[in-house]
Amino acid sequence: MLVFILRRLLQSVAVLLAVGVVAFFLFRYVGDPINAMVGQDTSLQEREQLRDRLGLNDPAPVQFLKFLGNAAQGKFGLSYRTSEPVGRMIVERLPATIELSFCAAMFVLVFGIPMGVYTGLYPRHWSSRLLQAISLIGVSLPTFLIGILLILFFSVILHWLPSFGRGQTVTFGWWTTNFATISGLKALILPSITLGLFQLTLIMRLVRSEMLEVMRTDYIKFARARGLTNRAINFGHALKNTLVPVITVAGLQLGALIAFALVTETVFAWPGVGQLFIQSVQFSDIPVMAAYLMLIGLLFVVINLIVDLLYFAVDPRLRAQGGAARVSGH
Amino acid sequence: MSAWLHRLTDSDIWWSFKSSWLTVVAAVATLFIILVSFLSPILAPHTPFDPATISLSDGLKPPVLVSADGEWTFPLGTDDQGRDVLSSIMYGTRLSLIVGLASVVVAMIMGIALGLISGYVGGTTDAVIMRIADVQLTFPAILVALLIDGIVRGLISVKQHDEIAVFVIVGAIGLSFWVQYARTVRGSVLVEKNKEYVQAARVIGLSPMLIMVRHVLPNVTGPVLVIATLNLGLAIISEATLSFLGVGLPSTQPSLGTLIRIGNELLQSGEWWITVFPGITLAALVLAVNLLGDWLRDALNPKLR
Repeated sequence: MLVFILRRLLQSVAVLLAVGVVAFFLFRYVGDPINAMVGQDTSLQEREQLRDRLGLNDPAPVQFLKFLGNAAQGKFGLSYRTSEPVGRMIVERLPATIELSFCAAMFVLVFGIPMGVYTGLYPRHWSSRLLQAISLIGVSLPTFLIGILLILFFSVILHWLPSFGRGQTVTFGWWTTNFATISGLKALILPSITLGLFQLTLIMRLVRSEMLEVMRTDYIKFARARGLTNRAINFGHALKNTLVPVITVAGLQLGALIAFALVTETVFAWPGVGQLFIQSVQFSDIPVMAAYLMLIGLLFVVINLIVDLLYFAVDPRLRAQGGAARVSGH
Repeated sequence: MSAWLHRLTDSDIWWSFKSSWLTVVAAVATLFIILVSFLSPILAPHTPFDPATISLSDGLKPPVLVSADGEWTFPLGTDDQGRDVLSSIMYGTRLSLIVGLASVVVAMIMGIALGLISGYVGGTTDAVIMRIADVQLTFPAILVALLIDGIVRGLISVKQHDEIAVFVIVGAIGLSFWVQYARTVRGSVLVEKNKEYVQAARVIGLSPMLIMVRHVLPNVTGPVLVIATLNLGLAIISEATLSFLGVGLPSTQPSLGTLIRIGNELLQSGEWWITVFPGITLAALVLAVNLLGDWLRDALNPKLR
């Protein structure tokens, strides 16, 4: 097991390094940092001096190491667009994205798993078929369209919920939260549903197909023969064994939620890091793009690592085999 | 011709197609959307992006069926510039389809080429290509596409970008979807390359290039076509999302996503039709394509027969 964890850690570091190389090339070779810093009337000589002083004439590997060192301390330079430090811009906007993704993930798990269990237990019931049909439509609707339709219905026509922004937020230290005020909570509802709906259908379909498979196995028949209640069979025996693939997908989807938050944030004018990234793509604000890339890379690597380690907690067979075999259905 | 038709109507695929009414509906809908959008220069009542034919006084007319203010010349209403929504949708759908198809083709060619090389050559080449694929797979495709678009914007001016926007988007989406093809093709090539016919081709001295393209490739195309159909819906959604975010096609050449973005700015004041009709068209198109893709996957999968 230790070998397995070490190998996974090494892989994670390699992926992060690769992402770092891409971010570095972006930062250094796409768009000239000097142009962003000086006016048009600066002479070539002065530019060259500035270049020397900033270390832009050092050999590329040296620059890369410096870049990584700075990135590890959260220093990504100044934004081309606003001239603010990129690190601070991201930290200011991070709480909005994290709270939104957290609420969306809760929405997915709280509704997706029970819906999947239900449609898996009663696959022929009309309500299961209805849920299946709705989920197919949900997969075909792009995220931004779901957001727009929700805004049209709940804010423009019914005036129940706000259509943009975070509402009133409360600040604790550097963290701003939506959870402390009614208007902040109300502002979370529509964006969370928009962000989570696609993942909800995915989790529901996955739990459903796993449940269908598990319910056919011998140990379920045996549990029935022992006279256990339906409740104990469905949740204690069946659901527990569908959890391994569900954890994988749910974990990977958490990363996708944070990444896809950029679409939802644009629709709802939600002041998170995704919106910042879209603006930086529009203005080709390379330092912000590089920093966002590194952040998302780190996030995905950490999530993948945690998901792999969670297998050990969930599946006792893996602990017994010393982690030699990976779980199927990866 | 009739013999060919008979072979088709006699086949397993045709039987499985006929026996699923949902698939038939999806196929008819897809054909309808493709025909109408590609004939839009003939069928559309207006040419919405020719400034000579639009007039601001026609602006913001509601659809005919919901309001007495509507006019039959603009059956689905007009936007703030006085452009006919129905005609915009027809032209926009054509662009969405072209971009979607083109980016699937780009992804497919790139994925097949890299997959063939990776599987057939093996060794270090294989390791490098597959590690790149792993890293890219860590990120959602839409992020990769956004990143590529942002890099291109950094390299050229805004005006140039608008001119080549279609190619940038096709390239960005194509590059973000190649991994799946490469992995599938590589897997099939690893199986195929040890079979006798490949050994025979090698023995008679054919070049590796010729063996890959003429002998191995035809035997690995089945799964690739299924992925391509399933990815078409995804590619159309990706393009619409990028255009909606304002980093895709410019408003001078609007696709369905661009139309939805234009309409979204007017949604708050109650002009819903500018957003909702392109939205319905996009959803119907993607749903139909996805249903066809699902069916094709099941029909070509011998395990499910």
